[in-house]
Amino acid sequence: MPLFVSLYNFAYWLAQDRAAAEDLVQETYMKALKGFSSFQQGTNFRAWMYRILRNTFLTTQSGLKAFVSLDGDEPPEAGTELETRATPESLLLARIEQQAIQSALERLPVHFREIVLLCDLEEMSYREIAQTLDLPMGTVMSRLSRARRALRALLTETGEGAAQ
Amino acid sequence: MSCERWSEWLDLYVDESCTPQEMAAIEEHLRTCNACAAEALGRLQMKRATRAAAARYAPAPDFKLSPEFFAQMGKSAPRQRKPFWQVGWAQGLVAGALAFVLILAVSVSAWTRHFAREQAVAELLDLHVATLASANPVDVVSSDRHTVKPWFQGKLPFAFNLPDVQNSPFKLLGGKLVYLNHSPGAQLLFEIRKHQISVFILQDRSEAGVSATRQKGFGVETWSEGGLRYTIVGDTGPAEVRALGELLRAAGQP
Repeated sequence: MPLFVSLYNFAYWLAQDRAAAEDLVQETYMKALKGFSSFQQGTNFRAWMYRILRNTFLTTQSGLKAFVSLDGDEPPEAGTELETRATPESLLLARIEQQAIQSALERLPVHFREIVLLCDLEEMSYREIAQTLDLPMGTVMSRLSRARRALRALLTETGEGAAQ
Repeated sequence: MSCERWSEWLDLYVDESCTPQEMAAIEEHLRTCNACAAEALGRLQMKRATRAAAARYAPAPDFKLSPEFFAQMGKSAPRQRKPFWQVGWAQGLVAGALAFVLILAVSVSAWTRHFAREQAVAELLDLHVATLASANPVDVVSSDRHTVKPWFQGKLPFAFNLPDVQNSPFKLLGGKLVYLNHSPGAQLLFEIRKHQISVFILQDRSEAGVSATRQKGFGVETWSEGGLRYTIVGDTGPAEVRALGELLRAAGQP
């Protein structure tokens, strides 16, 4: 089935639970099938599927909770201030294992986590991300930038914790 | 600071989301600004590491789409009096389509394997560079293979042989544990004329002959043997990389 594995991975990252991820994937394919007539040929099928999955997640209880704190896109998140050191990554990546990145992604607010996953893992263009998340391109760019800063801040925290 | 302006462009640069003109302008700046070049490299490494870490969850083997879905799919398909593949003229078409799908599947699978291999080599290159930049490049520091090899016991789900490099220009510096795609592996560090070479040994089911390439100025040689993939990465000439490969292959022979 097209996109089955990658949609499941994305669903798990959103829901953080196996059963919930399976339900999300089931529901996404059912909705896609029922709404296939609304899919406009020539537009992006992948973005359309991810959008259905994400909107389905938004209507679940954990989805509502995850997004309820997202009030607009402009107020800066706590702990996401620009890291002043030149490149924390170059110092950190040498000693941070994959687990540290996974744990940081888990701790990242969902609206940041999803945009990082769509860009870095799914390699979607900014335009595809804008279609998936139903956001203007400018917001995609600013949110992605803030999400990455937040991820770096969490990794720096982990790295400093490990170094102590 | 003037570089703050560039900082906004670096995400577009690493995401390859700028126009060729913007790309050229950013590259021109990166050539002259060390801080931004280091920042861009850091962001690129971060993107790559995130991609590797985020491909984490696979559906359980017993997880399938519900029968209801397939029933719905059957209903939404157009009805035909006679199955399409039983109509004479369609048989050739179906056979052709099947052959095309098969060829496509094989090509996609080959391309996917090639892409995965390229990705793995890029990751190993990063690991090698990070090791050289580290103050403690190895966890077991010894030039004695009988010290280095036992250190990995209990840490790896496989065993490997190390060559005796006493009578060769190579010197063993030590080793450490690394992870690639959630699997543990060994990284061994060798030295030849002040150049350091990494040898990565990881589990691998695919069997393939020796392939040598050059990436970003690094010599890379990789081969698979006995369920293990060996990859050598170093900034020496191809002859040294090949020589070390031959020593390792000879050590692996029973």
